Amino acid sequence: MTTIVKPVNARRSISIPWGHIFLWILATLGAVVAVYRLFYGLGAATNLSDGRPWGLWISFDVVTGVALAAGGFTIGFIVKILHLKRFYPILRPTILTAFLGYVIAASSVVLDIGLPWRIWHPLVYQNFHSPMLEVALCVMTYTTVLALEVSDPFFEGMGWKSAKRVVEVFMIPLMVLGVVLSTMHQSSLGTLFVLASKRVFGLWKTGYLPLLFFISAVAVGLAMTILEANFAASAYDMDAEQDLLGDLGLYAAWVLLTYLVIKISTLVGSGGVRDLWSGGINNVLYFVEVIGGIILPMILLFIPSIRKSRKALFRTAWIVVLGVVLNRLDVSFFGFAGTPYIPTWMEWAINISMISAAILFYDFFVRHFPIFNNEH
Amino acid sequence: MGNKTLDRREFLKIAGASVGGLLLTAGGAAAAESSKTGDGIKSVPNGYAMLYDATKCVGCRACQTACREANHTPPELDVTGNYDEPMDLSGDTWTLIKLYKDPSESSFVKKQCMHCIDPACVTACPLGALHITPEGAVAYHQDICFGCRYCMVACPFEVPRYQWRSVTPYIQKCDFCVSNGRLEHGETPACVVACPTGALKFGTRPELLSEAHERIKKETNTYVDHIFGEHEAGGTHALYLSAVPFEKLGFPKLNDTPYPAKITIPLDIGVPGIIVGMTTFATGTYFVTGRKEERTKKEETHDNDS
Ligand code: SF4
Ligand code: SF4
Repeated sequence: MTTIVKPVNARRSISIPWGHIFLWILATLGAVVAVYRLFYGLGAATNLSDGRPWGLWISFDVVTGVALAAGGFTIGFIVKILHLKRFYPILRPTILTAFLGYVIAASSVVLDIGLPWRIWHPLVYQNFHSPMLEVALCVMTYTTVLALEVSDPFFEGMGWKSAKRVVEVFMIPLMVLGVVLSTMHQSSLGTLFVLASKRVFGLWKTGYLPLLFFISAVAVGLAMTILEANFAASAYDMDAEQDLLGDLGLYAAWVLLTYLVIKISTLVGSGGVRDLWSGGINNVLYFVEVIGGIILPMILLFIPSIRKSRKALFRTAWIVVLGVVLNRLDVSFFGFAGTPYIPTWMEWAINISMISAAILFYDFFVRHFPIFNNEH
Repeated sequence: MGNKTLDRREFLKIAGASVGGLLLTAGGAAAAESSKTGDGIKSVPNGYAMLYDATKCVGCRACQTACREANHTPPELDVTGNYDEPMDLSGDTWTLIKLYKDPSESSFVKKQCMHCIDPACVTACPLGALHITPEGAVAYHQDICFGCRYCMVACPFEVPRYQWRSVTPYIQKCDFCVSNGRLEHGETPACVVACPTGALKFGTRPELLSEAHERIKKETNTYVDHIFGEHEAGGTHALYLSAVPFEKLGFPKLNDTPYPAKITIPLDIGVPGIIVGMTTFATGTYFVTGRKEERTKKEETHDNDS
């Protein structure tokens, strides 16, 4: 059986302690800032205001981060539900990163809401008309699902056979549940900005945002999987299996084509076309997003020689990711009406620290548990 | 305050469904069920309303001060520290008289929550902290809110404000004097009582609408032929008459569709559709591709690792 990442020397730890130390410093700094935020409030730690109620944490960690973590359900669907077993080797690393992505999103929400100790309220007080409730419940449930999925290699590594057997029994239902929940909240993140459409700039203002968010989440999920396989391959001294990644690239190309067609037709349908030439930064961003972030990588991914080259595919996957990141930020940050806002250093610190902590955890987990060298 | 309480039975149903996973469809059914009944969400189109006639307002700000007293909001001092002079609505200021002035015309305007018939904020609130009272006012349960601020983002009039400087911040906005008990006791809101010129009037929405139409008809030269709030975003319980075009007074140009109506398809049809459709699709695909794999496995024995 072919594998995407072949363990060449997986046990050899990466010999860059300086990187580790640096990450630890960043992570600790963020933890200190988080404590400050809890004791002094949002006004002290952030530049948010009545004219700008949502900022970096929501736009970047939640709206963008959740999209980037879409690899987890995409690859779960491919491996476990479509039975494309040859992709199995990237299942575990991708699910691990997805899990960490959701933990980052959830932690950001805890710090972002005004009363963090009430984070459990959506379990008890519910307005089923609110897309926010759906996002909250889905993210809570899905993070649990991902934790259970990650517990499989964990139990395996610990040698807890009976626990692993229990989790294995539920693996398929968990994957199905993951797909359902992801479809729900990836699209509901778009619904959030339909109800709040007054603030969304004309070029992104459409009732089809939920659909667009979902499709682009699939595209970015595929691209993230390609990236992760490459990162893992270089960081842990392994080989990436180009054929399989190339196939993922081809899937991504088709998804991007679908995305493009729907995106353009909704722009025409919603009358947003008249905003195309209205001048200003939003127009530039829109063109960069559509031409640079969708059309360009789509064409590249349809070219076989690009998919065959490790470097070219890797770079193209990056373009896809950046395109979707730009889209999420366009909707929720750049094109989002409100008083001018520049995040404080503390907002950035929390952001960067959580990513650092996630990398440290990933590194630890990968080296102690069977993420790459599994027996399948 | 309203009586939107949690329905524990419903919660257990949903929680069970979410955790159990396999019961997802039941969760969808429960969600659909609750969307039909959902109290605190149902609009009260003929509830109490307030009519503000900008042509009668002299800018004395008595309403502003009365609001402070009734709701115990602290004054917001200007730079000199001598005057209570907020620049905009805020966590401490629920209503505010602003002045519009250009070379040819000028007008005062009262800023406050519009008490939409179909409020975006109420639909937005994931917890039901914002709710519609039986009187038609849009009020707030501070014990429920966890501070996601989606209401602030969703409100087309940008009304809800936050206590940014507090460590235990809450959403703040006009609630038609529901939380201070006036409305319940049959009293009109404090600002209306304080108004010396009759620029503010309280009554039922149909009453006030017909009165507003009457005033426009009688004094066609005075008024702009438009009652702001009659149709905007599905209609509001704060109604405005003015001699100056409403855009100049800072009112947004909105069409008649209520904002919550924009998400009924993705939410009420899309979500149950996804739950049922995706579960079926994923499970079905699993079995179909699984069987195909079995077949190929039988046909060719393939070795396990490369
Ligand atoms: S004006 Fe805004 S805060 Fe007031 S009821 Fe309407 S949506 Fe809610
Ligand atoms: S901030 Fe509070 S009232 Fe506003 S939507 Fe969030 S939970 Fe509801």
